[in-house]
Amino acid sequence: MSDVAGDVIAIIAKKKRVDKPTVDLSDKLLDLGLESLDAVEMIFDLEEKFDIQIPYNANTNNPRTEFETVGDVVAAVEKLVAQKTS
Amino acid sequence: MTGVHRVVVTGLGAVSPLGHTAASYWENLKLGKSGLGPITLPPAAEELTQKVAAEVKDFEPLKHFAERQLSTLDRVSQFAVVAAREAIVQSGLAFDMALSARTATIVGTGVGGQTTLDESFRRVYLEKRTRVFPLTIPKLMANAPASQISMDCGLRGPAFAVASACASATHAIGIAFHMVRGGLVDCAVTGGAEACITFGTVRGWEAMRVMAPDICRPFSKGRMGLVLGEGAAMMVLEPLERAQARGATILGEIVGFGMSADAADLTAPDLGGMVRAMQAAFDDARLGPADIQYINAHGTGTAANDETETKALHEAFGPHAKTLAISSTKSMIGHALGAAGALELVATLLAVRDGIAPPTIGYIEPDPACDLDYVPNKARALAIEAAVSNSFAFGGLNAVLVVKRFS
Repeated sequence: MSDVAGDVIAIIAKKKRVDKPTVDLSDKLLDLGLESLDAVEMIFDLEEKFDIQIPYNANTNNPRTEFETVGDVVAAVEKLVAQKTS
Repeated sequence: MTGVHRVVVTGLGAVSPLGHTAASYWENLKLGKSGLGPITLPPAAEELTQKVAAEVKDFEPLKHFAERQLSTLDRVSQFAVVAAREAIVQSGLAFDMALSARTATIVGTGVGGQTTLDESFRRVYLEKRTRVFPLTIPKLMANAPASQISMDCGLRGPAFAVASACASATHAIGIAFHMVRGGLVDCAVTGGAEACITFGTVRGWEAMRVMAPDICRPFSKGRMGLVLGEGAAMMVLEPLERAQARGATILGEIVGFGMSADAADLTAPDLGGMVRAMQAAFDDARLGPADIQYINAHGTGTAANDETETKALHEAFGPHAKTLAISSTKSMIGHALGAAGALELVATLLAVRDGIAPPTIGYIEPDPACDLDYVPNKARALAIEAAVSNSFAFGGLNAVLVVKRFS
């Protein structure tokens, strides 16, 4: 697992609202009980952690459909981190 | 006076992104003009991600205040006092000591003197200065607009601020209405004021991820969120018999006020809370849903508010919902938070008086989740006997006013 993945999982694990001992790449955000404010807080934490800008408008983006799984979030963050350093 | 009175409005004042008087504001609302434009107010505005707001443009404080008084007034209090003066002049009331002592000043604000707060933080944190301006505290306090109106206009009765975010002004006016109706006071100057377009506040709103990048399109397909606004609106309320005895022009009647709390999510709108507030307002007004023709919606332009408010209108009005004309003034003046309810009640009162429903501009096409009549893009002539103004705040605090044509 990449460093990014570990950090993303740690951030999502803080926000989850279900009783599940571990967060895995295959977990669906919906199944972790993330609500709209949780998503906004999660995005803030990710932006702060990786010094990236995640384009996100709560009116038009639905993190639970655009990012179905934890792995989808990891992939998106890895892409933004790569863009930053390239 | 004691007992239960009918409560009428005899004066209106407004400082808005569409004009610095109630009359110019209303004319531009009827024309469907947009008050939105590039953010210019905060220092370093170009650094902000958000580029658009509904600012009060070309407001020249020195046209309204001497320099000595101006040094005591945050922008939010400047708006408040200018609007209150206009409302009092229109009412024709002169406040002798007896009436002054029996006049309430109740003013809503969401965040108070943000310009003063931002400036002082900039000095101490960014510029590392060791002192801030001496009146920083009394300029930024949330009760400053109420206090400044009381001092400027000589109003010596009950005076205080009401803070319930986006519902502040509606709560303030509602409480003032109940105080006049119940005979606790003989007159009230009430409304709301906000001047929240500062660097720090806009950054806070950016982080909520709910703002539209360009245009506020309430209830429309393709809406992308709210746009911040600012301004103030004030009104003079008095018992019908006092207004009639002195031959005042009566602009409208306030007949009902309802409140509720969601006790649910901090920011997500709640269907049950909205419906309870509307039903409480109907009960207070002793009116039924079928008596109402026009709704000035909360209509922020966010995906969640507009869909939930539509559902709440269906639930509160039943089949009658389909016959209502519903519009969001925020499409033209943005969301002025603690002033919004007052600016919107001015629009509602004048809609009833003139028989014109102002439009919801920026409307592209229907959203299946918002299936009512939102008076898209163009004002409409409409006989209105009674109307409702909705305000639903962050923190789950809801307030609804009902007004009637005076006859």
